[in-house]
Amino acid sequence: MSAHPGGSSTDLLRERRIERRVFLKTLLGATGLAAGSSLLAACGSQQATPAAPAKTESKPAETKPAAPAATTAPAAAAKPAEGKPAASGKPGGRLEMFSWWTTGGEEAGLKAMYAIFEKSHPGVEIVNQAVAGAAGSNAKAVLKTRMQGGDPPDSFQVHMGRELTDGYVAANQVEPLNDLYKSEKYEEAFPKGVLEIVQANGNYWSVPVNIHRANVLWFNKKVLADNQINPPETFDDFFSAAEKLKAKGITPLALGDKEPFASAHLFETVLLGVLGPDAYKGLWTGATKWEDAKVTTALENMKKMLGYINADHAALTWDQANDQLIQGKAAMTIMGDWVNGDYTQKKFNDYGWTLSPGTKGMFDALSDTFALPKNAKNRDNAIDWLKLAGSVEGQDAFNPLKGSIPANINAGKAAGYNDYLKSTMKDWTSHTIVPSVVHGAAAKDGWAQSYTDAINSFVTKQDVASTQKALAAACTDAGVCK
Amino acid sequence: MSARVVASGRRWRAVSVRPGRIAIYVTLVIFALFYLMPVYVLLVTGLKSFTEVTLDRMWALPEGFSLDSFRDAWLGNAQTAIPGIARNFWNTILLTVPATIISAILGSVNGYVLSKWKFRGADVLFPVILFGMFIPYQAVLIPLVQTMQVLGLYGSIPGLVFVHVVYGIPITTLIFRNYYATVPGELVEAARIDGAGILGVYRQIILPLSWPGFVVVVIWQFTSIWNEFLFAIVLTSNPQVQPIMVALNNLAGSYSVQWNIQMAGALMAALPTLLVYILLGRFFLRGLLAGSLKG
Amino acid sequence: MRQEADSAVLPVAATRPRASRRLLTSDQAIAIALVAPSIVAIAVFVYGFIGRTAYISLVRWNDIAPDYTFVGLTNYIRLMDVERFQIDLKNTLVFTVTFIILCLAVGLLLAMLLDQRIRFEAVFRTIFIFPLAISFIVTGVAWRWLETPSSGINLLFDAVGLDFLMNGWFTDPNIGILGVVLAAFWQMSGYVMALYLAGLRGISEDVREAARVDGATEWQSFWHVIFPLLHPITLTAVIILGHISLKIFDLTVSMTGPGPGFATDVPSLFMYQTTFFGSRFSQGAAIAMVLLLLVSILIVPYLIYNARNEVQR
Repeated sequence: MSAHPGGSSTDLLRERRIERRVFLKTLLGATGLAAGSSLLAACGSQQATPAAPAKTESKPAETKPAAPAATTAPAAAAKPAEGKPAASGKPGGRLEMFSWWTTGGEEAGLKAMYAIFEKSHPGVEIVNQAVAGAAGSNAKAVLKTRMQGGDPPDSFQVHMGRELTDGYVAANQVEPLNDLYKSEKYEEAFPKGVLEIVQANGNYWSVPVNIHRANVLWFNKKVLADNQINPPETFDDFFSAAEKLKAKGITPLALGDKEPFASAHLFETVLLGVLGPDAYKGLWTGATKWEDAKVTTALENMKKMLGYINADHAALTWDQANDQLIQGKAAMTIMGDWVNGDYTQKKFNDYGWTLSPGTKGMFDALSDTFALPKNAKNRDNAIDWLKLAGSVEGQDAFNPLKGSIPANINAGKAAGYNDYLKSTMKDWTSHTIVPSVVHGAAAKDGWAQSYTDAINSFVTKQDVASTQKALAAACTDAGVCK
Repeated sequence: MSARVVASGRRWRAVSVRPGRIAIYVTLVIFALFYLMPVYVLLVTGLKSFTEVTLDRMWALPEGFSLDSFRDAWLGNAQTAIPGIARNFWNTILLTVPATIISAILGSVNGYVLSKWKFRGADVLFPVILFGMFIPYQAVLIPLVQTMQVLGLYGSIPGLVFVHVVYGIPITTLIFRNYYATVPGELVEAARIDGAGILGVYRQIILPLSWPGFVVVVIWQFTSIWNEFLFAIVLTSNPQVQPIMVALNNLAGSYSVQWNIQMAGALMAALPTLLVYILLGRFFLRGLLAGSLKG
Repeated sequence: MRQEADSAVLPVAATRPRASRRLLTSDQAIAIALVAPSIVAIAVFVYGFIGRTAYISLVRWNDIAPDYTFVGLTNYIRLMDVERFQIDLKNTLVFTVTFIILCLAVGLLLAMLLDQRIRFEAVFRTIFIFPLAISFIVTGVAWRWLETPSSGINLLFDAVGLDFLMNGWFTDPNIGILGVVLAAFWQMSGYVMALYLAGLRGISEDVREAARVDGATEWQSFWHVIFPLLHPITLTAVIILGHISLKIFDLTVSMTGPGPGFATDVPSLFMYQTTFFGSRFSQGAAIAMVLLLLVSILIVPYLIYNARNEVQR
């Protein structure tokens, strides 16, 4: 740069004609810079690696895996494929599975089912997409986004009931499974209560693999025995037992609602205990009004129960509250039967169970099921998977490891089911089945969340009237109540 | 106000040891302890062996010296089903380095144009761009997810790079613009007299001077992007692909992961930005103050 | 290029205004081309998306299946009745006020102390500022354990005999949000300190001497002379801290979640959960727009004020 003598402002202002090429080059260059990363992205495809075992604090914490977890690498071709239909088109193909089973027994159970599938479908590569965290909430969020974006997996885990039918079914993103139900005779294999729940608009929408029960009251046998208390059956029993325990300085009811679902779960069982199965089911169809006096009674019962819980409930998760029961600091807890798995893992055997107050003969059910998205890339493999999921063989491989009971009433005779599970299996065929709201069966996501929010508030404020209003408003918001 | 936190002009006062001076030092030390307290807990817990880690002994120094927590947090532990964060650490490097470089270059170009080549509307344009730095990203989240899916960039690190580049434009432009404003106009004029056009001036005058600006922007963007969480959790779903802060949050949110492993993981996740800060703190501060003080 | 330039020299009066009446100069065109991608990006990804979110907040999309039925301001009206949202707004207010006051007070105090010709000033400064280099997620993890009622700081209180100070921290439904404020204050107060220190250092010794001359006490000279000079910094700090506290999200996710009775819930967390867990996209969009409005009230005047000042310079 040579010095220019003078340099008056006039000389400074050189004007040139637009040089189109310079203009375009610059524009391209700048844009190319900014978009460079996206060009890279377009070339790269998303990796579909098997997810590393990630921890999750999903509610069903697990029993120790009885069998070593199988790998997902395609096994060398062993038996020739049985009479099952071949994979779509090319030999093998893939099966992309989506779930939130990332730890412990549930992952072990899933892998056990994979092993069976691989035996009968050698050459099919199973891609296990599992997303951990927040009891499945993270996974559900991811799945929703994928389904909306038109990138569904081949099959995915979903709670039975409204979570699916008011969700993906209403959004027209899954296929009905009526033909499958006919060919596999599922109408005879699953109890009527379940068939009701997985149905909508006259179609079946998913295949239930397991069943968990929500209305269980667990107790420390020694604590109750020491205080001459019988396991309570009615609310009155419960309250008199609670009074006795409180007088002795023992926490009657252990609650860990750091994750709000725990108190919402408790209230669900109270609702069931006060309303009974029909009125309870009616809450979710609009047949029962939320303003009903029985709901008020339920809230008041809940309020009374909250007088008997541990003071630090807001700082504990449900399994930490369970620890209090194990240590004998608390006597009872009301939680789903994944608690059973928790006890087994912690090697605690001195527990007993009964049904939550007022729910004799009722089975508050939730279930993990598998559905078939539209435009699944490996549809035939997915359908084969669904057949396995509903079969006796599949369910008996999965459930003992997970700590739940099979939905299929013909299953459950295999080894590995403990006393609790055996007794629950009996109840499964005889008790009245009702859907759980906290776990996706009775209401869709948005409604379940509003319900949980209302109860979260209630635990702190204990304002019966405003909570009842909030619950009614949630029903209206969901478009079910008027 | 000068944006430099360098002691300029020592103010000399009587430096006898008055009680006032002691009080000052004591106060400073107390606060220093307060700020260091979490680091102490993180470190001490991470270094304890598993048997020592009980909640009622949180503050006690470790008896032995055990790197087990760090190892488990980093590599994972198949037995207890803890995912390691090593993979996510690497993902974050793949995310942060390109995004930082690209957004720094963009910022430099934008800052140059907006400070030295005032075309019509440039003065309105700048606050309009700047507003993008202050918005709550929740206000763009839903369309962003949809757009990323349409572009095929959802769930990938390159997609995240793109997002961080775009939303980094305001802050990098701000820093460079303020920096280039300190470059005397005469230099630019002189170069133009010599016949350099806009690109020539950039190449010959501005770029050679930009080194401190780049350092500040690179450090700032590296720290921001490394530490970012919202975009990371919304736009990536596969644990293999997720950046480190999401992995850390998953690790820390789990019941079954012992808290000493969570602490160790937190330390390791914080290490890169901490190192950058300790080694290059001067430039870090400049970035901090750049957006705040005028000129 | 040089000979071309020589031949294209124009007379003196060829100043910029006249240029704009013709075709743009080549340089100006290139200038625009250089910033065009960024302008387009911001236009789409900031303003375009804000517009789209606003649109979503005006329709009835509260399920997995998109539903673009226009419902006007219904989502907003319903939102004001949602108890969780009401608590969120209250929490935000409490958070913002306590957070700003705490950071300003301590930041100013530390800056003043450090300004006193301290030995090891650099060390102290490094310690006070380092939390800024850490992610809110890391801060949340550390402070969650520090504030665990059965351990952490309560243990310390107990050990030194201050057990009356032990409390539930963020698990306490009444003061839970203050637990989060403490962690946020720990992280951001160094920033305010740095601002004030820079400001103090920019005040010349003459001014300080002049303030002291009339026999005024240190305090009076500070309050009446020095502090007013720092007003621009205080303003900047309030704006920056304010907008950070309105947007607070990461910290609540990793430290507390919504908390008992939503004691530590904030609008951004509610928006995230209702949108991605509850599939209520329109409600989430409405929350986001309310957040945007609150932030804009803070930021837009500031941006305009800044822009005007620059034009004057």
